Amino acid sequence: MISIRNINKTYGKKGDITALSNINLEVERGELYGLIGPDGAGKTTLFRILTTLILPDSGSAQVMDYDVVVQYPQIRKIVGYMPGKFSLYQDLTVQENLSFFATIFNTTIRENYHLIEDIYVQLEPFKNRRAGALSGGMKQKLALCCALIHRPEVLFLDEPTTGVDVVSRKEFWEMLKRYKEAGITIFVSTPYMDEATLCDRIALIQEGKILDIAKPKDLIEDFQPGVFAVKTAEMNRAKNELQSLDENVEAYHFGEYMHVVTENNHLTPKAISDFLDKRGHQEVIIKRTTPTVEDVFMNLMKHASTTTT
Amino acid sequence: MQQLIAFIKKEIYHIARDRKTLLVLIGMPIVQIALFGFALSNEVKNTKLYVIDQNKDEMSVRFIEEVQASQYFDVVGYGEDVGDVDRILRSGVSQISLVVPPSFSSDLRHVNQANLQLITDAINPNVAATINAYITAISRDFRNTEMGDLKLPYTINVETRMMYNPQLKGEFAFVPGVIAMILMIICVLMTSVSIVKEKELGNMEMLLVSPTSPAIVIISKAIPYFVLSLLIISIILLMSTTILQVPIRGNIFLLYGVSSIFIITSLTLGLLISTLTNSQEIAMLISLMGMLLPTIMFGGFMFPIESMPKALQIMSNIIPAKWFYYAINDIMIKGLGWSSVYREVLILLGFTLLYMGISLKKYEIRLS
Amino acid sequence: MKPSEQSIVTKNLTKKYGTFTAVDAISFDVRKGEIFGFLGANGAGKTTAMRMLTGLSKPSSGEATVAGFDVYRDAENIKKHIGYMSQKFSLYQDLKVKENIAFYGGIYGLRREALQAASDQLIHRLGLQGEVKTMVKDLPLGWKQKLAFSISIIHQPSIVFLDEPTGGVDPVTRRQFWNMIYEAADRGITIFVTTHYMDEAEYCNRVAIMVDGKIEALGQPSELKVRFETDTMDDVFYQLARKAKRGD
Repeated sequence: MISIRNINKTYGKKGDITALSNINLEVERGELYGLIGPDGAGKTTLFRILTTLILPDSGSAQVMDYDVVVQYPQIRKIVGYMPGKFSLYQDLTVQENLSFFATIFNTTIRENYHLIEDIYVQLEPFKNRRAGALSGGMKQKLALCCALIHRPEVLFLDEPTTGVDVVSRKEFWEMLKRYKEAGITIFVSTPYMDEATLCDRIALIQEGKILDIAKPKDLIEDFQPGVFAVKTAEMNRAKNELQSLDENVEAYHFGEYMHVVTENNHLTPKAISDFLDKRGHQEVIIKRTTPTVEDVFMNLMKHASTTTT
Repeated sequence: MQQLIAFIKKEIYHIARDRKTLLVLIGMPIVQIALFGFALSNEVKNTKLYVIDQNKDEMSVRFIEEVQASQYFDVVGYGEDVGDVDRILRSGVSQISLVVPPSFSSDLRHVNQANLQLITDAINPNVAATINAYITAISRDFRNTEMGDLKLPYTINVETRMMYNPQLKGEFAFVPGVIAMILMIICVLMTSVSIVKEKELGNMEMLLVSPTSPAIVIISKAIPYFVLSLLIISIILLMSTTILQVPIRGNIFLLYGVSSIFIITSLTLGLLISTLTNSQEIAMLISLMGMLLPTIMFGGFMFPIESMPKALQIMSNIIPAKWFYYAINDIMIKGLGWSSVYREVLILLGFTLLYMGISLKKYEIRLS
Repeated sequence: MKPSEQSIVTKNLTKKYGTFTAVDAISFDVRKGEIFGFLGANGAGKTTAMRMLTGLSKPSSGEATVAGFDVYRDAENIKKHIGYMSQKFSLYQDLKVKENIAFYGGIYGLRREALQAASDQLIHRLGLQGEVKTMVKDLPLGWKQKLAFSISIIHQPSIVFLDEPTGGVDPVTRRQFWNMIYEAADRGITIFVTTHYMDEAEYCNRVAIMVDGKIEALGQPSELKVRFETDTMDDVFYQLARKAKRGD
């Protein structure tokens, strides 16, 4: 479906800024595949290579068996693309944008209405409003409609949920699930770690390198270090003290608690509790907890930086 | 075809919804024509003239009557002493004094060369120069009638403008100039900015990842601006023929034909600029500083190219607007036909091909 | 609690645009040194509320004092005593690190010696010694954000307003950023922060959740989770925001 082999891309006059380094991944037909990583990790660059917008320095990539460099016209016909930045015409209305994009893909709204119906009914009340005057959530829905209107075989969504509120984000992922069930392959990127679990498979990317590729469930189950949720009356002090406990201990805020991640099997809840008691911490709560994608990501980042330096 | 129509429709929405820009585009030529026209005609009509006749014979009186009879001057007072001039200028009674020296008649009769002196408030040298030209013309006519049978070769330089503008109407010269300038703004500036805008706002990203061919994107941009340009030319021509009463001497179809070619030249230039830049500001700067300014400088309608230094004259050849100005001036003002403008048309076509060639070579089918 | 210990006090603060009530009679207090989270969907009135508190917009009715100054009469004084950082508007990308510090220090009215000292301290604390002559646009995003935050508190304001400060950075950088916020709070600077990340909401001492111009929930994250019978802030927010009528 999508296969990427040894893709490299650098920027800058001397090519001294590495955007992607030796990327390899395969997306299966009908998969909802997530590319998870922060801003500047190289997500947009990879999307632009796959949508034939830029050329890789080396390596090769195919989308539906079409080569991204040579066979770009074929790819442009069969993919739906939603760029990271809102790219519809702000001075055209919802209706005008949609029919414009339908026409340039040689189709009509009516022909593929069944595909966008669920989203379109939500947009309908504002169909004569200019796209620029829509809220973030509505813009995002319209952009998805425009990317879907020609019934693409692959959907490329570059950070579709960035800057969108929680409610709209939830709705958006529910829609993606439905399109996946309708047989469309979806390649989506996001900086939100909590969205990773909604994908079939994910690739974690940081500084142009793939850190890991796995099913979210496996990623968590295979995570070796122990993770403890710790809470005290003085969170900040406790965190700093735990951090200095051992080289192999990482402590960081995680919601209401802090997570203490350790590759040292001797560090039991009892040992942590004793350590905190000795330093006069009150209201201490310690429990073993399931790691999240964010814990895994941070652990991978730590290892990536220690191996490179 | 369906695609092209969708694109053109979209462009029309863009243009129509940007009310302010549209208003400026249509309003600017109207204001310019009105301003240039009325400002010039008010200046040269009924200029208050103070006459100091030191000759005071039959011939000088006839000459002064001749000046008075023209619609350009109003004689508001007579004097004898040149020393009065200063007082008259300061008092504001008149901005200009005409001194007819004591030897006027005899010089004209015997030497066939007489001097007149114009003393004028030179705050506005253009006005002074215009008035000077008028007096020169009147005195030439005067001499021709007076000396008709004794006509001798004379050495007065006659400005070209007067040959084709016997009524001495100043409006003539700038109408083609305003057309050239407006076309430059609409076709070069608006086209380049509108294409670059699509790049900057990310729309181009969406368009590239679609089966649309780049040619359609470009052509669909060009068509609405082409039509808009013709519309504005029509407004300018209509205004200048009705309000300013500047006749179109040549063939109107030829006029539109040549204008269409210049529009296409400008559109390809706009396209070229848009392929070379990625930001609206830079596109605007290049269009304004690199194109509009030279058009005004070297277009020939504000500053006569003939009086520029040689180097600048050579430089002016690379400004398409110069050739357009020459062609349109020939058709509109001089009433000449195809045979005298084909050279300019060929040059414009050459520019068009050059711009198109570079644009196609530089056109990105991907993001740069 | 003594009033002097309160950084922000609002009572029925309201902003109307014609018939539209953007902010509808909100009342809350923020204690000195507190980290106060302000959450809400797009169009809920967050930005309008923040504008009133930073002295950029006059309320239609209600009362509010910020750092002891009245928002109606003392807007200019408020501006002198607060810091502000937003992801959209922050540093000049085409100025060097040092130039940005000098510029904002100047705007906040620091004298030359004070500015020099503050600037050196800031650069030292961020470990940016090697980068003072780097253009801001060449810094990694995480560093930019840390720099922007440090600059927003260079004049030792009593309150700093952070508008969506951490969008798009990796989790490690995000946590480093929050460490800086904690340290600032420990030094007594009140933090007023809006965020999209619900787990970040839990780092706040207290949060207010706005829906359709009103504050629908206010309290410690742990309290709110109990009240809404859920174990994530995400869900608290979802339960509240789902009922929103306004927005689109």
